[in-house]
Amino acid sequence: MEFDFAEEQPKFLMLMYGLIAFVAVVGGLLLLLDVVPAWFARRREAQLVAAATSGAPLPRRRKPREGLFALFFLLPTLLFLVVGLVVPAIRTTLLSLMDSGSTNWVGLRNYGWLFSEDSIVRVLINTLIWVLLVPLVATAFGLIYAVLVDRARLEALAKSLIFLPMAISFVGASIIWKFVYAYRGDGQEQIGLLNQIVVSLGGEPKQWLLDSPLNTFLLIVIMIWIQAGFAMVVLSAAIKAIPADIVEAARLDGVSPWQMFWQITMPSIRPALIVVVVTLSIGTLKVFDIVRTATNGNYDTSVIASEMYNQAFRYGENGQGSALAVFLFVLVIPIVIYQIRNLRQQREG
Amino acid sequence: MTTATPTVGTGVQATTTTTRVSRVRKRLNSRTATLVSIVIALLWTVPTFGLFISSFRPEDQIKTTGWWTFFSDPQFTLQNYQDVLFGSSSSSGQLASYFINSLAITIPSVLFPTAFAALAAYALAWINFKGRDWLYIAIFALQIVPLQMALVPLLKFFSTGVTVAGVQVLPAWDLVDEQKFAQVWFAHTCFALPFAVFLLHNFIAQLPSDLMEAARVDGATHPKIFRTIVLPLITPALAAFGIFQFLWVWNDLLVALIFAGGGNETAPLTVRLAEMAGTRGNEWQRLTAGAFVSIVVPLIVFLSLQRYFVRGLLAGSVKG
Amino acid sequence: MAFARSRQALAIAGVLGLALGVTACGTGNDKKSSKASSPECAAYEKYQGHDGKKVTIYSSIRDIEADRLAQSWKQFEDCTGIKIDHEGSPEFEAQLPVRVDGGNAPDLAFIPQPGLLKRFVDAGKLKPVGADTKAMAEANYSPDWLKYSTVDGKFYGAPLGSNVKSFVWYSPKMFKDKGWTIPTTWDELIKLSDTIAATGMKPWCAGIESGDATGWPATDWIEDLMLRMTSPEVYDQWTTHGIPFNDPQVAGAVDKAGMILKNEKYVNGGFGNVKSIATTAFGEAGLPITKGKCALHRQASFYANQWPKGTKVAEDGDVFAFYFPAVDPAKGKPVLGGGEFVAAFADRPEVQAVQTYLASGEYANSRAKIGDWVSANKKLDLNNVPNPVDKLSVQILQDPKTVFRFDGSDLMPAAVGAGTFWKGMVSWINGKDTATVLNGIESSWPK
Repeated sequence: MEFDFAEEQPKFLMLMYGLIAFVAVVGGLLLLLDVVPAWFARRREAQLVAAATSGAPLPRRRKPREGLFALFFLLPTLLFLVVGLVVPAIRTTLLSLMDSGSTNWVGLRNYGWLFSEDSIVRVLINTLIWVLLVPLVATAFGLIYAVLVDRARLEALAKSLIFLPMAISFVGASIIWKFVYAYRGDGQEQIGLLNQIVVSLGGEPKQWLLDSPLNTFLLIVIMIWIQAGFAMVVLSAAIKAIPADIVEAARLDGVSPWQMFWQITMPSIRPALIVVVVTLSIGTLKVFDIVRTATNGNYDTSVIASEMYNQAFRYGENGQGSALAVFLFVLVIPIVIYQIRNLRQQREG
Repeated sequence: MTTATPTVGTGVQATTTTTRVSRVRKRLNSRTATLVSIVIALLWTVPTFGLFISSFRPEDQIKTTGWWTFFSDPQFTLQNYQDVLFGSSSSSGQLASYFINSLAITIPSVLFPTAFAALAAYALAWINFKGRDWLYIAIFALQIVPLQMALVPLLKFFSTGVTVAGVQVLPAWDLVDEQKFAQVWFAHTCFALPFAVFLLHNFIAQLPSDLMEAARVDGATHPKIFRTIVLPLITPALAAFGIFQFLWVWNDLLVALIFAGGGNETAPLTVRLAEMAGTRGNEWQRLTAGAFVSIVVPLIVFLSLQRYFVRGLLAGSVKG
Repeated sequence: MAFARSRQALAIAGVLGLALGVTACGTGNDKKSSKASSPECAAYEKYQGHDGKKVTIYSSIRDIEADRLAQSWKQFEDCTGIKIDHEGSPEFEAQLPVRVDGGNAPDLAFIPQPGLLKRFVDAGKLKPVGADTKAMAEANYSPDWLKYSTVDGKFYGAPLGSNVKSFVWYSPKMFKDKGWTIPTTWDELIKLSDTIAATGMKPWCAGIESGDATGWPATDWIEDLMLRMTSPEVYDQWTTHGIPFNDPQVAGAVDKAGMILKNEKYVNGGFGNVKSIATTAFGEAGLPITKGKCALHRQASFYANQWPKGTKVAEDGDVFAFYFPAVDPAKGKPVLGGGEFVAAFADRPEVQAVQTYLASGEYANSRAKIGDWVSANKKLDLNNVPNPVDKLSVQILQDPKTVFRFDGSDLMPAAVGAGTFWKGMVSWINGKDTATVLNGIESSWPK
């Protein structure tokens, strides 16, 4: 265990470069946007003054350059997105029309495979169960908890407890739940908590992950366990953002906590709720680590994303893997449409 | 662990005018509330607690008996932590080195997307330009692109540059050793932006429009509004996103393995922890301790960012 | 590192940095070449002339085993001045294709699946080995081994480490106490199982849970029995899809494995019923032997590393392994095994020098001395193999009577060999019948 600090210096140097770059890019951008319009404004003022003294007609007020501003605000994001996500998305779509080695065009054959494969129906149903249950239950738990511990004593500690699973890596989380679901034969000492509880209540130990469809629900529990922390943090932030005077006024009116929740809290945090549900839905569609580490899709637990990973990365079937990924794009369309409607309402309201 | 949150029970002391009956009801309410929250907290903590206990148990005990037997038959060892922190492999002695790598990877990977997304979200919410709603929807929809699908094209972008019709538009990055951190920052920034824009847009779009109008009438430009009005108001949202991005990057294995490589010059803690399990995954009991070694930093970050989630930020600024 | 520093310096200080970097590199080289003339370097003379060059290697080997690798080629590095940069990844199989497709391929990769190797050859990514490497490999390895890295008549890499999978682990002490003898035929094995079962102990323990590779230990059973019940030629046809996966001969092998694996009287000692095989981690599956709850566990030579600390692995110790007996002794001594191949994505001379060195007897002996390593290299001196199980493995591999075949699931296309075959075996253990499982695997074979 020798630790040579000098060895680490280049890393700190690199980190410093990164931070300098950050300050330069973001600060530079803001400065640029600040200085340039100011300069234009001064020029215009000068023009106005000149026009006023010379008695010439006032120059026509030009339309503010909103679009140009927007472009600069959006520039870094758009650049990164094109390189990191748009190009790959297009590439994936093209690959889904090619064979496993990505050399020949095969038309829609991979999509044909997708729908002719028997197991894929099961995969679709599983994905559906996941995407219906996880956002709903995780949000419900997160919301209840956020409301209950809001302003409670030891709030920070209480929130940390729910947040903890999020901070544990997927490797850690999968080990934790391996422990919970573990099975030892009848008559032997159980090492899994769930079976220990069953046994101490006089039941027979069970191999939880083998029986479909129960196993899918047990895997969903893991996801909920991890994601409730996310819901809780966002919703808690939203609850905190409710203007204090509104809460105070309601309280002075003698509103019960129950009424407070439905009449004040819920309407105020509705946008945050939507964010949470939508984010969890998308995250659930993409979930693959949990299934991969817990069952690797055995015993009818597979979901689209884990199947995609296996096809594209383990089996070298790039075409089929890409077709599954494109299928994910399709599944997100309902959420996108919902989001468009939301946006419209927001603009009108 | 101090927070700026006032430690007031659920409104019991707030009102003195309420009747006795309603006071009793409220106390009952708050008692059930406490009970329910304790039950949830327990449900959520027990599995982690089991792992925590396990991390102090000897290997053969972990693999043959349940962690609760620890209380009747305590067999305590620090061997797992010993293995994780000091290890038997020549590379594992340098855990501090991996810690530094994790920090060097994580900090810029959190800052860049947060700042870029805040700028973009502001433009999408408050600057009028043609097609902004569609642009927002497009960015939103990009969330669904699985990052696994982006690994190969992004790696190509770094290692061979961009060539359009035979003309080299952008050169290869050609980075060595710790310079590869830049690739990881870049990759994490790409993958985080759609969610970041989505989250922050939702917060920024909700700011009261009269606030913006007033500022515009006063002659404030967009950068000025962004800096002086929007940024302070969305601090909780920035903190929330910062936490998630921090966790995501800190716990990431895939992106780091592809873009930083596995050597101790650049690999983060997660890579080291994955190695701890042994080449055939047989030493997984070490991961029990590993999980708690790596959890410390995210927890500190969470607790220290907690204080940004305070009530009344928005209300205060509207009044003042 | 010196190179990295010079790059860094270049970025910071421009010309000054460049000058610094050059001197830094220069001093490093001087030191190495002075050592190259020392007597212990005589053996490395033919690899010299690439002073200061760097070769990157990518593999799935990590932690202590990676240290041993580094140690094994230390002298080579010192004497030749070639710097070997090895990186082990837990996600090797998934990441190698990403790196190669992304234009960031390593110089060398230790590929444990001939199927994966062939995929890279088909994609035109691998370079055939140089003449020196080829000559070295042909001198040191049997044709049985070399054919797995030969695609369309071109040779793409010599084998490196190996393992023997046809082993049954047992407790010599338990056998001695109970008066059991080591079975040498399949019938004796079944008879012994019955004897043990009659004592009330479940004779076999098994486990096929292995994270995202769950199922592989069961495929080893099928492969071992295919090899024993049919012939090596039929085995080759099976792995190359010359016969369909649902051929009656395959079904026969699967059912034979089922005689043990799906027999409630025989399994699963220490864990529970047949189904518990599916959820028992492969690393823990044999441990009940040490607790007297099970007597037999079929697993490869590398299982030696899984026993708890303090377990003596020797013929007169707590645990040891015997050869998984042949079904028909007249057919010789079929052995199932695995190993990795040193494939090259670059053909620079220093890369080929490393490739040649890794195929040599000097390297095999240098690595074997450090321990926990088996190779089919014919130049490997048995006296350099410290561990008894490894010694037994090397003996079997070097035995001219041995008919060696590579792990079939590593030869098949990954969609089957690392996909439906694994998964099929899991659902087979979980209660599905043989025919349904085999039909399912057959229909998944890439067309």
